[in-house]
Amino acid sequence: MGAWTDMAFILVVVLDLFLLASSRLGAAIRAVALQGALLSLLALLLTGSGHSVGHMLVVAGGAFFIKAVLIPWLMFRAIREMAIRREMEPLVGYVPSMILGGVGVVLSFAFSRGLPLPTNEMHPFLVPTALATVWTGLLLVVSRRKAVTQVLGFLVLENGVFVFGLLLTDFMPVMVEAGVLLDLLAAVFVMGIVMFQINREFASLDTDALSSLKD
Amino acid sequence: MTPYLAALLILAAGALAGPLLARRPALALRVGSVAAVAGSLVGLASVLPFLLGAPPADLVLPWSEPLGSFHLRLDPLSAFFQAALFAVAVPASAFGAGYMKPYVGRRPMGGFVLAYGLLLVAISLVLSAADGVLFLVAWEVMTIASFVLVTFDDEKLQVRRAGFVFLVASHVGTAFLFALFLLLGREAGGFDFVRFEALRGAGAAAPWLLFTLGLVGFGTKAGLVPLHVWLPEAHPAAPSHVSALLSGVMIKTGVYGLLRLLGFLPPLGVGYGLLLGAIGLGSALVAITLTLGQGDIKRALAYSSVENVGLVVLGVGLAVAAGAAGHPVVAALGMGGALFHVWNHALMKGLAFLGAGTLVHAAHSQDLEKMGGLLARLPVTGALLLVGLGTLAALPPLSGFASEWLLYLGLLRAGAAAASGASGLVAYLAVAALALVGAIAAISFTRIAGVALLGEPRSPEAAAAREVGPAGWVPLALLAAGCVLFGLFPALPLRMVTPVAVQLGMGEAARVLGPAGEMGAAPRVVVGVLIAVVLGLIALRRRLGGGAVAATWGCGFTAPTSRMEYTASSYSQAFLTALVPRALRPRVHLQAPRGVFPGKGAFRTDSQDPARTRLFDPLFRVLGDRMSRLRRFQAGRLNLQLLYTLITLVALLAMLALRGRFP
Repeated sequence: MGAWTDMAFILVVVLDLFLLASSRLGAAIRAVALQGALLSLLALLLTGSGHSVGHMLVVAGGAFFIKAVLIPWLMFRAIREMAIRREMEPLVGYVPSMILGGVGVVLSFAFSRGLPLPTNEMHPFLVPTALATVWTGLLLVVSRRKAVTQVLGFLVLENGVFVFGLLLTDFMPVMVEAGVLLDLLAAVFVMGIVMFQINREFASLDTDALSSLKD
Repeated sequence: MTPYLAALLILAAGALAGPLLARRPALALRVGSVAAVAGSLVGLASVLPFLLGAPPADLVLPWSEPLGSFHLRLDPLSAFFQAALFAVAVPASAFGAGYMKPYVGRRPMGGFVLAYGLLLVAISLVLSAADGVLFLVAWEVMTIASFVLVTFDDEKLQVRRAGFVFLVASHVGTAFLFALFLLLGREAGGFDFVRFEALRGAGAAAPWLLFTLGLVGFGTKAGLVPLHVWLPEAHPAAPSHVSALLSGVMIKTGVYGLLRLLGFLPPLGVGYGLLLGAIGLGSALVAITLTLGQGDIKRALAYSSVENVGLVVLGVGLAVAAGAAGHPVVAALGMGGALFHVWNHALMKGLAFLGAGTLVHAAHSQDLEKMGGLLARLPVTGALLLVGLGTLAALPPLSGFASEWLLYLGLLRAGAAAASGASGLVAYLAVAALALVGAIAAISFTRIAGVALLGEPRSPEAAAAREVGPAGWVPLALLAAGCVLFGLFPALPLRMVTPVAVQLGMGEAARVLGPAGEMGAAPRVVVGVLIAVVLGLIALRRRLGGGAVAATWGCGFTAPTSRMEYTASSYSQAFLTALVPRALRPRVHLQAPRGVFPGKGAFRTDSQDPARTRLFDPLFRVLGDRMSRLRRFQAGRLNLQLLYTLITLVALLAMLALRGRFP
């Protein structure tokens, strides 16, 4: 049991690094989907004696459906419609991104102990994984040009927040979790619309084109 | 509590009628108005028992909002302000049903009905919220709803500008309130008002800071000088029945907040009371002087609201100072006068704004110089408006005098009871200043009454004005009845003021207020009899006939025109140029005719507000210049913008981690 949980956490972090290094959008979306599936598995694995099983089943099922099935499907549709395959010329190259990501992982493992947190009993990998995933997500959002990749970065960011949420499932009522998941879905929808608009206006998904809107 | 909730539900349902019936604006307006009247009647009936001795009622609903809880509480203080809200909302909503009809089909009515209902619900929730977070949420909803109402006629440039000023002022004020509640919440360990009240005994760490934050935040909403600048912009821009609500009730939420805050802070010293009193009296003096230069009838009324809020704050300051100095009787008089004035001002300002609304519709202009002669053309509305203006000028036997009487009594008692000559002098000077406010108010409101209602019409529209029928004046009559009854029989309202004053720590109120109110009755009766005699003589003279009828201001000219009449600015010119500091005078643009043959001449006065021209305009200009340097950081590139977020997050996290490691 414990080994499986460790494995899942490590896989999440490895997927983070993979995302930073990957230039093909299809692979990146699959990686995000896999990460979402791993998270829902983690939610089940971390169910201790104190938690209510029904609650966790709902959370895991909802997370799996939205993060691993629905959103990736939407993303695949989006890249098919807009006919793009890979991220060209990112602002920060793939190797530097990976190095930055690695530094983030190391730092988050090193410093997570020092953070003041509401609970003490938890898996030792939980907080570092969450921090590393949030860091990866932000890095993706900042360093990539294509709107699709930025949406992926946002999803990874949300995955990190979800891992943090696992720490707090005791405190969080179901309504809040449902709200977070729905929020995510709505955000992806909105960004889908925005991407579509950018594509139509500028004939590309390059967010640099948006700078021309500055006053 | 149940009837109160029912009232809120009715009001909310009326608000929802707006968007649901947006396709049929006339129906939406009617449904919204009926629901507003019904909800306000139920609300009024539900809160009055709390002023007649019912124990406070609490309601806590589960609310998933972090930090906050949905905690409503009806206690005397809350019920007192709610009573003012509902008492003004009934006639204002009824009046609005007719007043808004010309706009049906021309302007979107759905949003207006929604915002109007929402405003009533939000003000009511502000007054009943017993939780800091809920209070702020209701406060913001109130601000946004009133913004929508103020900018209803947004085709006019002036209205859009007024909306902008209102929004900026509200946001700045609310920022102070956020700081206030965060500090209170940190010290109390929660945002429930029960915890805040526990602070009173425990003693907050920095009462002066909390007091200042509250004074600026609530003072902006209440319109204390110099934070009042949004008020004379926003209130004239709104439709008149909305102005009545905003001026009569909404700005009082600032006073309410201040009074609540006094209940959270440890007992304050004399200095705080003197500061409040000075701000209040200063506001009253400056604002009433500024009314004299206004050509716009609703602007003049808006400035008068600033004056009246100033008088209320003067009473509160007197109560605080006297309480700290150990004069419970004076404190009770001050607080009683302030609270009573809140009710009276709600009634009289509601009446004045509704009456002004009818005049504005009749003359198709808010400009006093376009009115004139309206008393003959709108006899009922004109007479009722005269009652309102008389109340605003604090003429006995009307209610405005009744509450100012308590303030006079309190200040005189304070002077008599003062320990030293200096503090006595302060009290007597305040009496003199208060009397000056009353005198200027008399000039100001005789000016409005004289220019708008008497004389000859100054425009063809005013000459053609007609009464709109009972729907137009019945709401005014209700409010006027309140003004007269509260003035003649102050005992009943003062009995309802007493539990509020007691809740605010004025233990002597029960013993003092009743007799004090009765004492004022004697001069009121004398004046009432005098007025009755004069009216009787006029009627007698009219019956007997006699005297030739000629055009007013004929003065022997062969071809008199209405342009020979005293204008609004000439009426106050002597006072303004002789006695008023230059900063408060209107700016005069005079082009005198020169030369042997009569040349071109022109004369124009523009009212100017020193708080605006000397304080806020330069301040915002300087701030704007400084801030434009920050523009460079707004890169306009998404990645860079997000990078700022990333850097901030990492820095915060690093701070937390390091602090955890090296505590």
